[in-house]
Amino acid sequence: MLGMGAGRWEEDMSHLLALLFHQGVLDEHFMQLQQLQDESSPNFVSEVISIYFRESEKLLRNIRTLLLDRECTDYRKIGVYLNHLMGSSSSIGANLVRNVCVAFRAASEHCNWAGCLRSLAVLEHEYCYLKNKLHELFQIEQQRVLAAGVRYHPLLQ
Amino acid sequence: MALAAESQFHVLAVDDSLIDRKLIERLLKTSSFLVTTVDSGSKALKFLGLGEDHGSAASSSSEQLEAEVNMVITDYCMPEMTGYDLLKKIKESSALKNIPVVIMSSENVPARINRCLEDGAEEFLLKPVKLSDMNKLRPHILKGKCKDQQGKNNSNDDLSSSGSRDIITINASSNLNSTKRKAMDEGLSPGRKRAGFSRKNGNSLTVL
Repeated sequence: MLGMGAGRWEEDMSHLLALLFHQGVLDEHFMQLQQLQDESSPNFVSEVISIYFRESEKLLRNIRTLLLDRECTDYRKIGVYLNHLMGSSSSIGANLVRNVCVAFRAASEHCNWAGCLRSLAVLEHEYCYLKNKLHELFQIEQQRVLAAGVRYHPLLQ
Repeated sequence: MALAAESQFHVLAVDDSLIDRKLIERLLKTSSFLVTTVDSGSKALKFLGLGEDHGSAASSSSEQLEAEVNMVITDYCMPEMTGYDLLKKIKESSALKNIPVVIMSSENVPARINRCLEDGAEEFLLKPVKLSDMNKLRPHILKGKCKDQQGKNNSNDDLSSSGSRDIITINASSNLNSTKRKAMDEGLSPGRKRAGFSRKNGNSLTVL
C-alpha cells in the first residue's frame, strides 16, 4: 500500500542510529546536524559528511606517509593532523573516531613509533566502520524519501 | 513573531576548518543572523576594514557601512593568527573595539579561557558549538550597541570604558526564552551540562 513503505525505512533508520549511539560511534552532535537541515538547506548533512570523508581520508593518508620512515618521523606534524581530525570528528558527532585520535595523539607525543602504527590501524578501522554505517544511513534515508514521495506525488492526489 | 524594530545582525565567523565554518554558518543562519565566514584572522581583519598594516581603518565610510559587523566569532587555534591575536587586534583598533568578540575552542584550558575573557572577549564557547549556544550571542550584540549609543550620547565612563562589563538586561529580543536569559544574567544554570564562560562584572569571572 502506498505510504507503508516509508514507515519501514524509518524503523530501519531508528534501529541503525540507536545501534551507533549505543556503540559510541555517534553522539548527540550528529543529531544536531540533522536539526540544522531544513528546506533552505536540504542537503546540509550530506554536504558536511562528504567534506568530512574527503578531509579525513587525506589526513589519514598523510599520517600514514609520515610513519613510513621510523628514523625521521615528524611526530609534531602527526599531532597537527590528529588535532584537525579530532576537531572535525567531534564537530560532526563521530565520537569513537575522536576518542581513537586522543589515544593516538598520546602515542605521538611520546614519539612511540610502534604505538603510532597500532593506533593508526585502529583509527583506519574505526573510520571505515563509521563511513560504511553513514553510507547505510544515507541509503535508508534515500529509500525513505522515495517511499514517502510516492505517496505524496502531486499526480497521485 | 519578530518585533518590528528588530533587525538582523551580521556576524563574521572565523575558522580555518571548513567543516566548522559550514557548521557555524548554519547555526548562525538558523538563529536568524546574517553570516560571513572567512578562514583566517588576516582575512577577518581585511573584511573589517583594517588595512595591511592592521592599524588603519578603511578610508571609505560607505564601505564600512556595507560590511558592518555586529559580532565576530572566532576559533582559537588557527595557524599564523590565533583567535586571541585577532581579539587583541580588534580591541586595539579604535574603529573596531566595540565589536563584541566570541572565542570558540575544542580545548578546555582555563588559563586560555581566562586570558581571552580578561582581554576583551565576551564569551568563550567550547566546541562543538550547539544551537543553544547561539542564544548567548544576541545579548552581547545588544549590549555592544547600547555602549555605542552611550558613547555617542555622553561620556559616561561606566558604559563606554572597556573596564566595566555590567550586564544590561535587554527585553527587546523575542527570540530568547526569558527564563533562560535571566538565568544567564544571574550566572545560574544548574541544568546546563556543558561549560560556558562569560564575564559579568569587570573583575570577577563567572563560570556558568
